[in-house]
Amino acid sequence: MQIPSTGLEAGVEGAVLKADVRDLDFYYGAFHALKRVSMPIHDHMVTALIGPSGCGKSTLLRCFNRMHDLYPGNRYDGGGIVLYPDNTNLLAPEVDPIEVRMRISMVFQKPNPFPKSIYENVAYSLRVRGMRNKNELDDRVESALKGAALWNEVSNRLNELGANLSGGQQQRLCIARALASDPEIILFDEPTSALDPIATASIEELIIELKEKVTILIVTHNMQQAARISDYTAYMYLGEMVEFGVTDQVFIKPQKKATEDYITGRFG
Amino acid sequence: MSASASMPSRPGAASLGSGVSDRLSKKASRHVKERIIEALLFSAAAFSVFVTVAIVYVLVKESWVFFETVPLSDFLFDTQWTPLFDDAHYGIMVLLSGTLTSSAVALVVAIPLGTIIALYLSEFAGFKVREIAKPFLELLGGVPTIVYGYFALTFLTPILQRIYPDLPGFNLLSAGLVMGIMIIPYVASLSEDAMRAVPMSLREGSYAMGATRLQTALWVVTPAATSGIASAYILGISRAVGETMILAVAAGMQPNLTFNPAEPGATITSYIVQVALGDLPHGSIGYQTIFAAGLTLLLMTLAFNLLGYWLRKRFREVY
Amino acid sequence: MKAADIDAIRAIITRAKRWDLFFSLLGILSLMVGVLTFTVLFVDMAIQGVPRLNLDFFTSFPSRKAANAGILSAWVGTVLVMVLTALAAVPLGVAAGVYLEEYAPKNWITDIIEINISNLAGIPSIVYGLLALGLFVYYFGFGQSILSAGLTLALLILPVIIVATREAIRAIPQSIHEGSYACGATTWQTVSDHILPYSSAGILTGVIIGMARAIGETAPIITIGALTFIAFLPPAPFTGEPPAGLFDWIFAPFTVMPIQMFNWTSRPEAAFTVNAAAAGFVLVFMTLAMNGLAIYVRYRLRKNIKW
Repeated sequence: MQIPSTGLEAGVEGAVLKADVRDLDFYYGAFHALKRVSMPIHDHMVTALIGPSGCGKSTLLRCFNRMHDLYPGNRYDGGGIVLYPDNTNLLAPEVDPIEVRMRISMVFQKPNPFPKSIYENVAYSLRVRGMRNKNELDDRVESALKGAALWNEVSNRLNELGANLSGGQQQRLCIARALASDPEIILFDEPTSALDPIATASIEELIIELKEKVTILIVTHNMQQAARISDYTAYMYLGEMVEFGVTDQVFIKPQKKATEDYITGRFG
Repeated sequence: MSASASMPSRPGAASLGSGVSDRLSKKASRHVKERIIEALLFSAAAFSVFVTVAIVYVLVKESWVFFETVPLSDFLFDTQWTPLFDDAHYGIMVLLSGTLTSSAVALVVAIPLGTIIALYLSEFAGFKVREIAKPFLELLGGVPTIVYGYFALTFLTPILQRIYPDLPGFNLLSAGLVMGIMIIPYVASLSEDAMRAVPMSLREGSYAMGATRLQTALWVVTPAATSGIASAYILGISRAVGETMILAVAAGMQPNLTFNPAEPGATITSYIVQVALGDLPHGSIGYQTIFAAGLTLLLMTLAFNLLGYWLRKRFREVY
Repeated sequence: MKAADIDAIRAIITRAKRWDLFFSLLGILSLMVGVLTFTVLFVDMAIQGVPRLNLDFFTSFPSRKAANAGILSAWVGTVLVMVLTALAAVPLGVAAGVYLEEYAPKNWITDIIEINISNLAGIPSIVYGLLALGLFVYYFGFGQSILSAGLTLALLILPVIIVATREAIRAIPQSIHEGSYACGATTWQTVSDHILPYSSAGILTGVIIGMARAIGETAPIITIGALTFIAFLPPAPFTGEPPAGLFDWIFAPFTVMPIQMFNWTSRPEAAFTVNAAAAGFVLVFMTLAMNGLAIYVRYRLRKNIKW
């Protein structure tokens, strides 16, 4: 599928492009939730999506791993999300959503560990890919848990239920689960909104570390969080992309009046 | 009844002078009325406890008389059941073997099929298929069991005899198979309820890792719904053990200590029917045997029901 | 990601999806086992029984000659028993359901009642028959009468009606309760003005399903000793000498449809099997119609009420 370039990807600090949203329209039934949205995603960077609730930021995030395909009545309509370097449109009907999800993993708003052991939770994304070799599984689970800064806390109780961990640990378990299969992008959907401030701080720190390995796209309702951890910020309102730019710029010198009003707390 | 009609009617002009006390008395009568209604409704709810007590009382009372004549050890360990013969034996094992054999056949049919249907309806089927299939399963569960019995005897048994010519006209196999079909709706619908109670966030977590439907169904949904599914199985077992007419019609009613489904046999339930069809005098030992048999049945189903209730309660608490 | 990796992933997905497809087919196949059994059962019975269904079949008493036998006493008995069952079970069941949803405090008494009801729902029907035999037939001295049968079936379907009532009430949003209480209504006013009217369709569904189950119940009625060969009708209700004569009919001996069918099924002669098929067809038709009605009521309910 040939999609014209938006030109937005040019001129931003020479970073490598990982994905590119181009003129994306999305409907929940008759409701037009995303209106010709365009934005670039840069490789090994953290991109934050902000905006008042209902603005479509989570909807956009869930387009990236085709979660909308799970529910009837949802429709991608025109435009697409191109993934680089192989230049495939993730939303093309001939692209298998399962393939997309194997490449682009996700961490949810509320920690949702499976009713399995800590080990099996992390191994899940590997088993789904048909990995059966015990030694390989052990290695990958360990490195994923280390990557999610959880290994030291759980290494001696890998067979306990994931649900027995604290909220912050559960969320890090979910990050380890997402990390285990070595995805290209990890999507975070308000990952700290159900956590206390200390757990939030540790997750934020982790996200900053993770961008060494993986590209990160995060939805947050917390502007300070976006300012703290992201390299790029996109401000959305009523299903439209209002402003996209380098985070410092968006927060210090927004180009649009609407962005400034939101960031300075005049509404939202 | 409307709100105004349920209150005592205003006495009219005469009460105008004494407005305050009138209002107070009205409040009091309103209070009394509420209390009486609550007491009535409570007694209706408590009536169900009375039913259970009455069941236990009647069964224990008649069985008590029975066990004064027949020692419990004979009841449990004798290998013959011939209460109506001169040489009377009262080995419940004989009836239990029929009950267990037919139930086992039924469960071999109902548990796999019921579970597959539940998984299919909850995780695979579209909205439309589910909307048609669920009421249909209810219909299947609503067919009178005497009709299933007729079907087993006049339709299934002749077919089975064609495959296996030595099969007698009355047999536990045919009755058990049809009983299995009858139980499918119970197993399927309760298991599906348990699966649907698994929160969507778990499924999303699984799909987000790139899992397919079957992987999500088997590796995430099923483990999360285990106790609910187990309670569905237990209800299925309890239904099979308590089912009467299919066996009375299609399995013959000769007591037969066997675990071979290809033989005829009596179950606890079909024995009770057989005795009730005859003309046993009230208070005779034959009359009391059906209460002893009934008590055995009650204890078995009671154990299953309580286990099922406990499991159900547990899976509700998880989320 | 390298092209080789993507190819590997695609191979894995193709394999996994083949299992998905296989299970889908298995699911449809399993459903078909149920559908097919029901269809075969219904069609087989229709082929055998329908030729026997004429006016005479409904207006004749059972007979020793299969060709003359009919289901008059059976369907009249079924109707009368059902009337008593409904009269006893509906008020009791609805009242118990309302109590548990609207009044019951959270304490051990309520817990016992709840556990008890869920247990009653799982007790085999034949045990209810034994209860009725000991209690109604001998202890209360009702004999093998329509009254005994009606009360037995009422106890049997009581849990169904209680559960249906509770579910129907639970479907009413809390805001309706709060709105009513905020207007100063008492609990009973809230129940009678709002809860019962809004839940009536749901309760009705439960009552119909319960009655459909009662119509087909055979074992408990046999256990209380209903006769299988009744060649007369009970006195027509409310026609006897008042006051005692008005209720003659509830103490009359009787038979019901499923017992008539059982009786014919257990005869060796083929001609009686045909009668059994005909009676079975009528019975299945009645339960199907009632279940269908319940499904329809529920469907209408879901379509019309938007909270």
